[in-house]
Amino acid sequence: MNEHVHDFDWLLLAIVGAICAMGVAEIYSSTHASGMAGMQYRQLVWIGVGLIGMFLISRIDYHTLLDQALPLYVFGIIILVIVLGIGHSRFGAKRWVSLGGGFNLQVSELMKLIIIIVLARYFSEVRTDRLSLTDLAKVVLLTLVPVGLILKQPDLGTAMVLVPVLVMGAILAGIEWKHAAVGVVLLGLLIPVAWHLRTHLKPYQQQRIETFLHPEEDQRGAGYQILQSQIAVGSGGFWGKGFGKGSQNQLGFVPVRYSDFILAALAEEQGFIGVCVVLLLYLGLILRLVDNAQKAKDKAGMYVVMGVTAILGFHVLVNASMVIGYMPVTGIPLPLMSYGGSATAFVFLALGLVMNVRMGRFVN
Amino acid sequence: MAPWTVNDTKIPQGRLALVSYLSVGLVIILLIGFWKLQVVQSGHFADLAERNRIRYIPIIAPRGAMLDREGRVLVDSYPSFSILLLRDQPKLLAKSLPQIEDGLGISREDLQTQLDAARDEPKFEPVVIKPAASEADIAFVESHRADLPVLELMMVQRRRYPHGEMLANTIGYVGEVSPKELDRSDGRYRPGDIVGKAGLEREYNSTLEGTDGMRRVVVNSVGKPVRTLEDIQALPGKPIQLTIDYDLQSIADADFAGKEGALIAMDARNGEVLAMVSRPTFNPNDFAVRIPNKEWQQLNSDPETPLLNRAIQAQLAPGSVFKVVMATAMLESKAIPASYKVYCPGYASFYGRVFHCDHAHGEVDLHKAIVASCDVYFYNVGKLLGIDRISYYAKALGLGHLSGIDLPSEEPGLVPSEAWVERVYHHKWYPGSTISVAIGQGAVMVTPIQLARMVAAVASGGKLVQPHLLKDDTEVKTTSFPISDDTVEQVTQGMYGVVNEPDGTTSGLVKLKNIEFCGKTGTAQTMGFDLQNRLGKHLKENGWFVGYAPRRNPEIVVAALVQKGGWGSTSAAPIVRDVVKAYYYKKYPQLEIATAQNTKPAAPADPLVARVGAHQ
Repeated sequence: MNEHVHDFDWLLLAIVGAICAMGVAEIYSSTHASGMAGMQYRQLVWIGVGLIGMFLISRIDYHTLLDQALPLYVFGIIILVIVLGIGHSRFGAKRWVSLGGGFNLQVSELMKLIIIIVLARYFSEVRTDRLSLTDLAKVVLLTLVPVGLILKQPDLGTAMVLVPVLVMGAILAGIEWKHAAVGVVLLGLLIPVAWHLRTHLKPYQQQRIETFLHPEEDQRGAGYQILQSQIAVGSGGFWGKGFGKGSQNQLGFVPVRYSDFILAALAEEQGFIGVCVVLLLYLGLILRLVDNAQKAKDKAGMYVVMGVTAILGFHVLVNASMVIGYMPVTGIPLPLMSYGGSATAFVFLALGLVMNVRMGRFVN
Repeated sequence: MAPWTVNDTKIPQGRLALVSYLSVGLVIILLIGFWKLQVVQSGHFADLAERNRIRYIPIIAPRGAMLDREGRVLVDSYPSFSILLLRDQPKLLAKSLPQIEDGLGISREDLQTQLDAARDEPKFEPVVIKPAASEADIAFVESHRADLPVLELMMVQRRRYPHGEMLANTIGYVGEVSPKELDRSDGRYRPGDIVGKAGLEREYNSTLEGTDGMRRVVVNSVGKPVRTLEDIQALPGKPIQLTIDYDLQSIADADFAGKEGALIAMDARNGEVLAMVSRPTFNPNDFAVRIPNKEWQQLNSDPETPLLNRAIQAQLAPGSVFKVVMATAMLESKAIPASYKVYCPGYASFYGRVFHCDHAHGEVDLHKAIVASCDVYFYNVGKLLGIDRISYYAKALGLGHLSGIDLPSEEPGLVPSEAWVERVYHHKWYPGSTISVAIGQGAVMVTPIQLARMVAAVASGGKLVQPHLLKDDTEVKTTSFPISDDTVEQVTQGMYGVVNEPDGTTSGLVKLKNIEFCGKTGTAQTMGFDLQNRLGKHLKENGWFVGYAPRRNPEIVVAALVQKGGWGSTSAAPIVRDVVKAYYYKKYPQLEIATAQNTKPAAPADPLVARVGAHQ
């Protein structure tokens, strides 16, 4: 037990703690003067729950989990199908199952964990240093099934988040350059096809694409959100307006300022300096994760850690890009900072896997 | 150990390092993105944030009131709310229209028309869709702040005319600034601003309108003000005090009920206008809120021209009132001896044409000619004087040009002359035309205010006052056209006789006990005898009466025109008498001014009246 505590990645945990603290503080700043005051306590509860979950998961040998990859995968798919049938809608999409007591679990968060485990299992079964086309096709298919189901909820953001796990795994497994090139070309071809089929998209998805392409047209829609976010970020300047003093944040111009756009609220109040601190903390987190992967006992452990890294990195990249208007609004939160129980819990559980991999290297 | 993992420890370190480098690169790109917004463009975005946060709400300055000479309110303003439609979010706007249509009871076509009209205005300029919001409308806007952010309330000041039609043509009305006025104002006006459009509202617009204030407020994302930063109070417009006497005005108005015409009562000593009537008229309260297009068309195209201020804009034949000018010209020019007499058989023939008179007056001298208004006498005077001499004296006494009253759109009237007819009609003056002009018919046209001023000038020895409505008008000029005392005496005695002598044209019907009430009747044909005979119909004449008191150096002069009223003595003279009587009642409450019919004319030597007349 003593050993166990000693082997914990305390540096990683410190970085996580710093990010969480900045998030809780900004949630407080964004909501204390509104009807949502007190939100930071709920976030703290989630962080506590997450920490407990992380410690519990770190006690389970990841090989045990990888052994159960197929049942877990099937379980995940079934849950996704069920949620499509009975889950209740929030913000126009069916993503939630009630856990009772007012807590709702976003099942697609669970799917992220499962896909990390499933893909780690399959990639680690590739014995060579090169990824064959058959293997590639298998993992692509494995990924696309849940992606399709989540898209159907519809939740474009979470569906997209699963793809980096695949891409990361493929790169590490040594994807052939020509396969990668074909993949990129296929994705490139998909965009005009998707554009052509955009009439089949959900209205809110159409809207988001439209507003990303023509933000000035619809001031109150998603384009308005991006513009207000940019105004918040830009007006923050180098030093920021000060804690609790951002007008865009305090007067509610920044959309969902305690969640998806929390980075905009922080950028306004803490300035470029604050953004540097946050992004460098995330970079530190990523580099620390990669370090853990490099020191993993086996390939399976590395894939687990890098799957987590891919998802977290993708979240940060897409969220920060959205906040400054480089990407459309997709509903991808900033991990550990955005208010949200399921998302926070997911990150801690994922970090629990990482801790387990880390400790596993001392086992043998 | 799971069967599928055979201690595969070959970690691809190079690929993992690549991921690290990639992460560092991406974070740098993100930081560059933030740098661009937060450092390079931070001024621009700070500006946008301020504009988001701060809204300027105009505080409309109340327009100055108009008071009568004793401080009684004739016009004032009251606060009310307008509903604005914000147009800077077209999609949201289009979506909200059906709800607005139901909630405010404005038809879709009306909304669309107003939006179309404002299409070329900048998008951030809202449109006023309801200038006078009811309490229900205000409640509707307030309760839909969140889902209808395109609606906004604005407090405005609305004009109130408590006496309705009273003085409407003189006071004028206000309305939204026109595009032309907007261009000329050099940015002083914004679209939708209210300005004086006619009458005193227009003449004294710059005094009456205040300076709008501005409230700077912090608003939240749904546009609800959360904090006031700065309050620049509106500077209310200044009130103006008019020379109008509400009491006299009321009496004149009451007398004009159901009649068509005009009246002007003026202080003959200084030109202060005491009462002014024009009928038919309109209710300026209808203009205080935006007047529906249909009603405006109706007012403008009404053949009765209710928007015309007839006291200064009706240009009509003066009829026999013009004989005052003729008598003055005859005596002052000395072209005809004062003792000139004519025999009137009821008609006379000049240049091969027969001209009529009302009666066969027999032998007529100047006094009798004025008192009994003998046309034949003045036909002869006119023939002897010639048109240019008549024209000279008429113009010198204020006819044919503007009186200078402080109202827009005064008309000059017309005094014909040989030069005029040559310039306009390119032919020589027909001497026969002079005969008509001599009794105030033919080409001569005057306005009621000109006649009042002319009669006052003659009775005061040639002092021509400038009529005005602003009580403390410092720019009032008095011009002089000296008339000899003999002339004044003879002409005023004639006008005294009109009212007070048994054979005067008023038949003693309008005499006032204890007051030297004088005047001259006029009954002007609205078309010539020939035209009447040709058309086979007879339009009723315009009745005129210009009365004043006392006989010399008058205090008050009143000109009344009753269109299609027939004889001036029965239509216009009683109205003038009522106003003059009210004036003296007010001034000397103890004085007995009964309308004494067929009593002896009040002796000019009456001590009280002598005093009244003397020192005024």
